[in-house]
Amino acid sequence: MNSVTQTLGADVSSASKFMQLAMAGLLGVFVVGFLGFSHMEVVHNAGHDYRHSLAFPCH
Amino acid sequence: MTLFRNVVFIAALAGLCAGIVLAALQSFATVPLILQAETFENAGEAAPHDHGTPAAGEQAVAPHSHDHDEEGWAPADGFERFFFTAAANALSGIGFGLVLLAVSELSGGISSWRNGLFWGFAGFAVFTLAPGLGLPPELPAMPAADLVARQVWWVGTVIATAAGLWLIAFRKSLPLAALGVALIVLPHVIGAPQPESHESPVPADLHHSFVVAVTITNLVFWLVLGAVAGMIRSRFLGQPALRGSFA
Repeated sequence: MNSVTQTLGADVSSASKFMQLAMAGLLGVFVVGFLGFSHMEVVHNAGHDYRHSLAFPCH
Repeated sequence: MTLFRNVVFIAALAGLCAGIVLAALQSFATVPLILQAETFENAGEAAPHDHGTPAAGEQAVAPHSHDHDEEGWAPADGFERFFFTAAANALSGIGFGLVLLAVSELSGGISSWRNGLFWGFAGFAVFTLAPGLGLPPELPAMPAADLVARQVWWVGTVIATAAGLWLIAFRKSLPLAALGVALIVLPHVIGAPQPESHESPVPADLHHSFVVAVTITNLVFWLVLGAVAGMIRSRFLGQPALRGSFA
């Protein structure tokens, strides 16, 4: 079996593969960016200890 | 959209696991130090709120002692505060998992839990180690440069370090590897935004303990994230029936 090149997406074209992975990656960046970098006060206060504990720039 | 769905599924499971582990570690490794530092923050505030500033070691009794200069809602100390910290950790675990899965799938995928450990080390280097060299984990009440400037440097350092590591690991060319090294070094040559003075009411040994605690807890987080992602992924690919049900 070609275990080296196995991917999770069965048989997708490389363009489609790239788009789907880019979407997944951007979703992740958005989630982390919102939690760690949002200047909204409510988000900052709720995630205060989390931000300090992940060494995000804070305050 | 099979690939997208599978990546989200694995990232969600692995991220949740790693995020919960991290929250548990933080609750006795980092959060107590944050609370301790906040007593200095409140002490430094002096006049405005005279809560009688209790002696160090005992948490200040102000209900929202951690949002000293902000107005607005904040979780109450105790369970509510822990709950939001844990939720943020779990969510960010999923977020980091999505980034890790997306990048690793573009480079052949995480083939096993052991391979996942190495991906985890890379994530740790990119998101904790590199930015932490210029901007060490901060405690409340510590002086710091302009927030936006630090955030820009942090993001730039993460991108440069990730790109540098990727060039070294996946491009088998000496000039590109050299470029990778240069990219990793560059943000530190530029230098992180620093405060005008490092004078701080927080004792140096408390800060040092915090830097160690943050670095080690994040290392464990990334190793768990990578290993669990690799384990689930290899199960996906190892069982045709399971694979079919998600395809």
